[in-house]
Order: sequence, then C-alpha cells, then structure tokens
Amino acid sequence: MKTYKTYADLPGAPIADVPSQEESTAGWRTTRPVLDPKNCTKCYLCWKYCPDTAISVNDEGWPVIRYEHCKGCGICATECPKECIVMEKEV
Amino acid sequence: MPRFSIPEQELVYSGHVACPGCGGGLAIRYMLKALGPRTIVSIPACCWAITSGPFPRTALKVPTLDTAFETTGASISGLRAALDALGMKDITVVGYAGDGGTADIGIQALSGMIERNTDAIYFMYDNEAYMNTGIQRSSATPFGAWTTTTPADMDGTWKTEPKKSMMAIVVAHKIPYAATVSIGFPEDFVRKVERAKSIKGSRFIHAFCPCPPGWKYSPENTIKLAKLGVNTNVFPLYEVENGVYKITMKPSKPRPVKEYLGTQGRFKHLTDEMIAQIQERTDKTWNNLLALEGFSKEHPYCGL
Ligand SMILES: Cc1ncc(C[n+]2csc(CCOP(=O)(O)OP(=O)(O)O)c2C)c(N)n1
Ligand code: SF4
Ligand SMILES: [Mg+2]
Repeated sequence: MKTYKTYADLPGAPIADVPSQEESTAGWRTTRPVLDPKNCTKCYLCWKYCPDTAISVNDEGWPVIRYEHCKGCGICATECPKECIVMEKEV
Repeated sequence: MPRFSIPEQELVYSGHVACPGCGGGLAIRYMLKALGPRTIVSIPACCWAITSGPFPRTALKVPTLDTAFETTGASISGLRAALDALGMKDITVVGYAGDGGTADIGIQALSGMIERNTDAIYFMYDNEAYMNTGIQRSSATPFGAWTTTTPADMDGTWKTEPKKSMMAIVVAHKIPYAATVSIGFPEDFVRKVERAKSIKGSRFIHAFCPCPPGWKYSPENTIKLAKLGVNTNVFPLYEVENGVYKITMKPSKPRPVKEYLGTQGRFKHLTDEMIAQIQERTDKTWNNLLALEGFSKEHPYCGL
C-alpha cells in the first residue's frame, strides 16, 4: 500500500491555467457601446465600473472599449457623467 | 499618465462567463485590486466557481482553489496552515463565497475559522439568493423578495423571514475586523479590503452585489442599484474594528426604500402596506446601528 510521508507524495490535482481572455465574449452582445471622447474628462468611471475588465486606458489617457470581451451590459453608458457613450443595436 | 482612484492592476481576466452586468464580477475585481498578486483565493460552489469558464480556463491571475460548497472557512484555514508550514508568511489567503455558501451551508466552517482566529480573510459576495442554481432563497434573501422557491404567486409565499445579519454573527465571535462594502462605492470598497489585509487574524467582508437575472432588472442598472441600496439604508456601509462600530457612509437624506424596491422585478408584488413595513424595519435597523456606533466607542463588542 502506498504511504504518504509528505505533501509531495500526494497525487496531483488538475490545474486550470488557460487565461479566460483567450475566449471571446463578443457574441454575447445585443447592443454595443460606442465611445466619443469629445466631452471625456478622463474620470475613468467607465473603466472602473466594467464587470468584464473590457475597457482599458490608452497611452494618451483615453478610455478604449475592447469589443472582443465587452458583453454589452450598458453600465459604462449609464454611468458616464458626460454621456460620451451610447449603446447601439448590434447588427 | 492616467490617474485612477483605485489600483490600476487587473488580476481578473476578461473572457469570464459571468452574466452581463454581474455585481459579483466587480466585487472580485475590486477585491483583488486591493489584495494584490501575493494572494491565494479559495472559491466554493457558487456563480464564481463557474464563471472562470470551463476547464482548463481560469479568470483569475492568482492561484485559486476550487472547493466544496460548505468548506470555504475550513479550506482557507488549511491553506494558511500549509503556507505557515512552508514559511510563506507574505501571502494573503482569502475565501470568496456567496451568500448561500456563507450564511447557510458554510456557516459552521466560517464560525470555526473565526473562533480559531485563523489569519485569513473571508469575503462574502452577497447577491441575496442561490443564483448559480437558479435563484433559490437563502437566509440572506431579504424579506418580501420573490425567488423560485418563494414564488410570490399567492399571499405570503414571498420570503417571509428577515435577512440574516452575518455581520452581527461574525462580530459576536469577537473578530478583529469586519466591514460591509458595496460595488457602487469602489474607493470605500478598496480602502476596507486594504485595511483588512493589514490586520492579523480573521477578517470578514460582506459585499453588496446586485445580480440582474436574480433581482430582475436590466444589467445597465447594476451600479445605480448598488448605490441606491446604500442611499436608502437598506445596506448600510460600516466597519467594526476590535468591536468598535464606525458607519462609513451616512446618507444626509436617505431615499425612501420604495425607490430601491421599485426598480427590481423581484419586489413587484409588494403592496404599499408591505413597503411601509420594510421602510419601518429599515429605519429600525439603521437606528440600532447608529446606537451601536455611539455605544461601542466606550464598550467595544457591546452586548456580546
Ligand atoms: C453540498 C452541495 N449542495 C448543493 C450544491 C449545488 N450548488 C452549487 S452552487 C449553489 C448555490 C450557491 O449560492 P451562493 O452561495 O449564494 O452563490 P451564488 O451562486 O449566488 O453566487 C448550489 C446550491 C453543491 N455544489 N454542493
Ligand atoms: S447569476 Fe447573478 S451573480 Fe451569478 S454570474 Fe449572473 S449576474 Fe453574476
Ligand atoms: Mg448568492
């Protein structure tokens, strides 16, 4: 019978190590947020409130929506105080 | 360089499969921003055990243990003991569990963990029902709510019991630090988790996490609801450090609970009479909290 002397003797466990970002969730969208930075004050509320981490900030400090992972929940458009983001129907 | 009011580092990948507008998704994102990369997370059965995606995918950039529904408190105790045995002292151990996994099935393991004052953080993300299995009531579901097991199709078939107070229960263990947070207030959220991280012993965070399909509202309103819950005093923000209560947000003019209840389909059957009753209960709980804040300054852990 096998005896276990240290934790190193224990059988291995399956490890999930493929980052979920390799999966696109773009197909979930029925509406798409479209950002016009004209009135943007760089408050980053859209970045802060995105549950999908799908808004980044580029080198010039503008928020950028990454459509590969945006699910179209509409939180960014609702929370932007300057109404820079509008939701448009996906076609 | 852009300036952010919460840490910039992302420890949650995109591409997870939580519903659009998931409050729990923001909670884990903010929690890990505050705790940083030297963290191990234990997740029991709940939405966030699933939302990382099918094996072999993971949505977290930190090591994660997927564990059984009732074992969050026990598993983080074991992780802590193992890290201590290996001499790895600088790693934060955190359990990320739902309200069902915390207030119902996991309460024994949680109680044991806090009673031993295990050096770990227990984080309860509260969407007020068993969402992953299809919106069944939990003891953290609020009074009056519709769920699939409290169908509200006849008088008295809604949830007739009040929401269990997990904060009162953990404070009764004389826990060093416990706090409530809402995803609607990320700066307050991150500050409290950072505070928790800096303290030794058991720590508990109770996070208010609106859930669009479970609460029956449109996903763009997640943040609005997360704020309204606080601004109506339905979910007060406070912390308890060494038995001393401190309310961290006092709405100068609390909104009527009707505003909060009216935005969610799970409360649409409520009569004016029931709404008045909920208002009364909310006011009472708030006044109790104010009293606790005053009294506990001189009498930490008062009444316990
Ligand atoms: C012992 C056991 N009983 C039942 C289940 C089925 N189950 C998995 S997740 C879940 C609901 C979890 O609810 P909660 O903890 O509130 O997390 P949420 O899904 O709402 O995020 C249930 C009942 C299980 N996995 N294990
Ligand atoms: S059911 Fe609710 S808590 Fe679960 S993933 Fe969806 S929004 Fe999040
Ligand atoms: Mg739940």
